Amino acid sequence: MDWFTQVLVVAVLVGGIGVYLSSTAGRLDRLHHRLETTFAALDAQLLRRGAAAQELASSGLLDPAASLVLAEAAQGALAADPDDESRRSVVESELTRAIGAVLATREDADEVRASAGPDLALANQLLDELAVGCRRVGLARRFHNDVVRSTLQLRRKRVVRWFRLAGHTPIPTTSDFDDTPPAGLSTI
Amino acid sequence: MKIGIVCPYDWSAPGGVQVHVRDLAVALERLGHQVSVLAPCDDEADLQHFVVSSGRPVSVSYNGSKAKVTFGPVSTRRVRRWLREGDFDVLHVHEPASPSVSILSCWSARGPIVATWHSSMERSRALAAMYSIVQTALEKVSARIAVSEAARQTLVEHMGGDAVLIPNGVDCSAFGGVEPLPGWPGEGGALFFIGRIDESRKGLSVLLEALPTIAKAHPGVRLLVAGPGDIEEFRSSLPADIVARVDFLGLVSEEVKRRAFVSADIYVAPNTGGESFGIVLLEAMASGTPVLASDIEAFRSVLDDGRVGALFSNEDPQDLARAAIALLDDTSERARLSRDGVSRAREFDWEIVARHVLEVYEAVTVSGEKVSEDFRGQLVGRLSRGDRDDRND
Repeated sequence: MDWFTQVLVVAVLVGGIGVYLSSTAGRLDRLHHRLETTFAALDAQLLRRGAAAQELASSGLLDPAASLVLAEAAQGALAADPDDESRRSVVESELTRAIGAVLATREDADEVRASAGPDLALANQLLDELAVGCRRVGLARRFHNDVVRSTLQLRRKRVVRWFRLAGHTPIPTTSDFDDTPPAGLSTI
Repeated sequence: MKIGIVCPYDWSAPGGVQVHVRDLAVALERLGHQVSVLAPCDDEADLQHFVVSSGRPVSVSYNGSKAKVTFGPVSTRRVRRWLREGDFDVLHVHEPASPSVSILSCWSARGPIVATWHSSMERSRALAAMYSIVQTALEKVSARIAVSEAARQTLVEHMGGDAVLIPNGVDCSAFGGVEPLPGWPGEGGALFFIGRIDESRKGLSVLLEALPTIAKAHPGVRLLVAGPGDIEEFRSSLPADIVARVDFLGLVSEEVKRRAFVSADIYVAPNTGGESFGIVLLEAMASGTPVLASDIEAFRSVLDDGRVGALFSNEDPQDLARAAIALLDDTSERARLSRDGVSRAREFDWEIVARHVLEVYEAVTVSGEKVSEDFRGQLVGRLSRGDRDDRND
């Protein structure tokens, strides 16, 4: 091989590595970007669910004991710092359990409507809002965790670690809490 | 008098409120009154004759701890039916700020209502936020009782107003007059501790730290420990010369507890705080066992500032050791404490405590009005529906 071919081979090699690195970095960047979006979406849905639970609790449509249980859990969830993942998973699971305890069966939801009397429209609206909130929390958490898993997979690659392609972006964690929708609101 | 009592927590689980309600009910029956207790029950078989179930309890988080309670439409219907069938002269709800049948009963009833506050708790955010809803129920309470100064303070801070202080009772007839556990108390001096072994505010570690010093003066001294917790783990964390002196019983039955009290020369209560009342101290005194306790406020008041039991400076193992050695040395002082302890415990006998509670009942029932159902705050539509559903319940 003459010197020209040698230079050419090296140049192609370096160029190839460069393209690979930059495309990996681009992928990682896009994933990090999606992470922010899905995290914000999850946060928004949790707020929506918490607010819906809080509103139902203070509506006067539930008995006072159920109101207290739901209000306590909703306030805990609304007050939690979204960046404190372990704390959030505790309070959101607690809210899920509280909603599940208050609306354990279809009959419980029917009873809220039946006893609402002239406030039936309000009861329907609050229950629907809570049902939507519960379902969307489940979806948003799943979508977020999918992106977290893809990101983690990519970040585990040697090339990403050796070339520090992730920069200073913190390692994402999956959001793990119980988001089972209550049986009482299952088929709306 | 026909008395309806409401206990908010799972009847089958052990707990201070449940024990209080049970003993109060028994004492009121002994005094010739007709008592019915409404409580969440997991298992409706084998209940005492005076207990009616408000439904199966569900576990919820409230005010930083887990509670097994009932609420919702099924419980509300059961509360109403119980109120109708009971035809009570007075309704007595316990711990009405808990999210359970106590507040449901206040909500569903009118007439003479008495409420007892047991715990001291932090100000609850939920309670503050739900105040308008809760208030409708709680403002129907005609008389309020607090079982301790701490509980009374909580009530005053959260709700305003005041409360009558009526302490917990102890069933003196159930204590004393039993055989000690085999091999106890022995000659070398025996101490007794009861409480969760791994909960720091129960203070077992303070006592264990004092034990080597006590052993220097009384080489034969032994310690009997009753209470739940991981015994193996706890034992393995102790030095060998201590382990040899300590006998762990684990969680004990009422009967073994009574026998354990008379198996020791001294009952030691090294609790470091968080006690609102010292019911165990009264049980020890009723058993005739001299008491040595930390000088926290609740214990000082039960022990009448040291007159009927010895005190040591809280969380101070050396002071505990000093006081324990002094008591072990002095047989006549132990005999005096035993005698005075028994008569002190009698002041808190359930029969006497129940009479105080009855005075409160009498004060609120002077008008002769009975307890009846109340539908204010709920919609009339519920009335007919509630009646219909009741028959299929």
